[in-house]
Amino acid sequence: MTQTDMTQATVNDPGCAERTADAMVPHMKILVIEDDLDAAAYMIKAFREAGISADHASDGESGLFMGSENSYDAMIVDRMLPRRDGLSVIAELRKRGVNTPVLILSALGQVDDRVTGLRAGGDDYLPKPYAFSELLARIEVLARRKGTPEQDMVYRVGDLELDRLSHEVRRAGKEVLLQPREYRLLEYLMKNAGQVVTRTMLLENVWDYHFDPQTNVIDVHVSRLRSKIEIDAEKPLLKTIRGAGYMIKDDG
Amino acid sequence: MATQLRLMFKSTAVRLSAVYILLFALCAAFLVFYVTALSERLLTQQTREALKQEVADVQRAYNGNGMNGLLRSLERRARQPGAGLYILASPSGEILAGNVASIEPGIIDKEGWTRLPFRYDPYNEAAGNNRPHLATAHIFFLDNGLRVVIGRDLGDPDRFRALVRRALMVALAIMGGGAVIIWFFIGRNALKRIDRMSAASKKIMAGDLSERLPVVGSGDEFDRLSGSLNAMLDRIEKLNEGLRQVSDNIAHDLKTPLTRLRNKAADALAGHEGGDRRAALEGIISESDQLIRTFNALLMISRVEAGSIAAEMQEIDISAIAADSAELYEPVAEEAGLVLEMDIAPDLKVKGNRELVGQALSNLIDNAIKYAEGVATDPALKVSLRREAAGVVLSIADHGPGVPEARREDVLKRFVRLDESRTKPGTGLGLSLVAAVMDLHGGKLELDATDTKSAQPGLTVRMVFPVEKA
Repeated sequence: MTQTDMTQATVNDPGCAERTADAMVPHMKILVIEDDLDAAAYMIKAFREAGISADHASDGESGLFMGSENSYDAMIVDRMLPRRDGLSVIAELRKRGVNTPVLILSALGQVDDRVTGLRAGGDDYLPKPYAFSELLARIEVLARRKGTPEQDMVYRVGDLELDRLSHEVRRAGKEVLLQPREYRLLEYLMKNAGQVVTRTMLLENVWDYHFDPQTNVIDVHVSRLRSKIEIDAEKPLLKTIRGAGYMIKDDG
Repeated sequence: MATQLRLMFKSTAVRLSAVYILLFALCAAFLVFYVTALSERLLTQQTREALKQEVADVQRAYNGNGMNGLLRSLERRARQPGAGLYILASPSGEILAGNVASIEPGIIDKEGWTRLPFRYDPYNEAAGNNRPHLATAHIFFLDNGLRVVIGRDLGDPDRFRALVRRALMVALAIMGGGAVIIWFFIGRNALKRIDRMSAASKKIMAGDLSERLPVVGSGDEFDRLSGSLNAMLDRIEKLNEGLRQVSDNIAHDLKTPLTRLRNKAADALAGHEGGDRRAALEGIISESDQLIRTFNALLMISRVEAGSIAAEMQEIDISAIAADSAELYEPVAEEAGLVLEMDIAPDLKVKGNRELVGQALSNLIDNAIKYAEGVATDPALKVSLRREAAGVVLSIADHGPGVPEARREDVLKRFVRLDESRTKPGTGLGLSLVAAVMDLHGGKLELDATDTKSAQPGLTVRMVFPVEKA
């Protein structure tokens, strides 16, 4: 029940709605391989409300079939599935040359599971229970990854520039001095500009820690970064998305 | 009956006893026959010695006094009590003189020792008791062709058989007694103890975890087995007790946030569109997040305690982990009005799991900031890493209220928080995870006061990692 409430609450969040309406988000299609029909139904409904259409497979074999026959932007694979377990589905898909980004969902969910999951060919890992906002943010980042040119040497959001070669950051042409970690934080945010990144995603990608920080440690780092890069408090580039995380975006 | 017998043979005691009886019987039979054969040989030898002497005497008498002397000598010997066999026979086998009525025919045809015992009938036996007797004898021929037989009665063959039978009976009686004693010792003492152990384990299986296997105190194999099983049971009981306590605590600790969650949901339902409802819904999300956090922490602790993460252990740069974590929390400390100081020895390595150690350290720094904020007498919060005699020591020292000595064990337990009002955010699981992580790494977690002289002792938590000796 909690899951449902959470899902609804998050989806109704204007932050999400805003993103949904965003013309920048192209039509996205994902595959959900999950044997828990209730969980799958809520997930699909919530994705639809966030502007993502989702197909559903309820066991490993049909998931494998759909995954290899159709083209998706991303897949969500539960680890424990009837007829073929999640990891073997991913391994088989990879063997067949399907490189669709895969997010593994697991009820087992801890450190070593994540490692084995990623080793099997998964791209991201989310232990149950999770907040839907977290799943949504990760799927959007994963799906987008397909098209994002990794070779972009300069990231730009509005008049904020980040040069990945010289490690220089400029706001409105003026150089901003950042600590190494602040630079990496900004780099990750800008790489995923226009998308919500959650606190755990930041902790994983910027600090390489895979646990849930109990307190507002990420918020403090973000607010430090903000104090260095923002010039107009009325029109911030780095926004806080309530109940989800952060997003860097130029509202123009 | 048959099933009962089969059941009985399932008992090791009975099987062992049967084997022992069989072995005993074989030994006894061998012994009886061996002794019989030996004594027979000895007896024959002695008899022959005596007979040889007599033959010599009789021959001397014949040589001295002729037929007369021979007859007198035989006569005299035959009269003595318990006399042997004395026969003078013709070459055709006719008994001419002596104390024997008849002997087996053909005995006297050959000079020298009779090879096998032969049958004979004593001369003046009382009528009716005419059972044949057995005898052994030495035969010699006189120069006139007559034959002299000097022999010894070997007794009634039945009596001999009776003797052997009695010996066998005695042996069997001893064997039976032995078997009973063996059964008593093995079955009664040793196997009874196994029975007692299995009875005790059945009770334990039935759910009585306080039951223990009997220990006699003799320190034998059974005692040692019972001892180690009991130690195992102690551990299980402790874990079980811990589990029960955790379930209680979970029930208690989750009831409050769930109730709040429910109330907020009710508020959201009742609230008007807009501000009220929004605030209530946001409250629901943050309550849910907290619940998820608690569950994740619990799951994490269980996994760490179960040791299933141990496989992911490798050499890790603990200096880097300490520096990373300190750097992660440095701005948080600053915001809380504290100063995070680092004293980290470079390039120290331990065997472990980077993420678990990182999380444990983060929990500790987080705790230190949480409890020292606003109340610390000294804003310094020190993270230090050193190589000491005991191992690699990672310590976090704060100047907050600290933990009274009596409660330092308690705070490591799940859901135990000193702050009873629970005004500080947290799951009450942070230190439990640290303790579990240190356990997994074979290290120690030590809690101490930072400064005992101060009004606020503060808390220093030391994570001691073992170092493999090179």
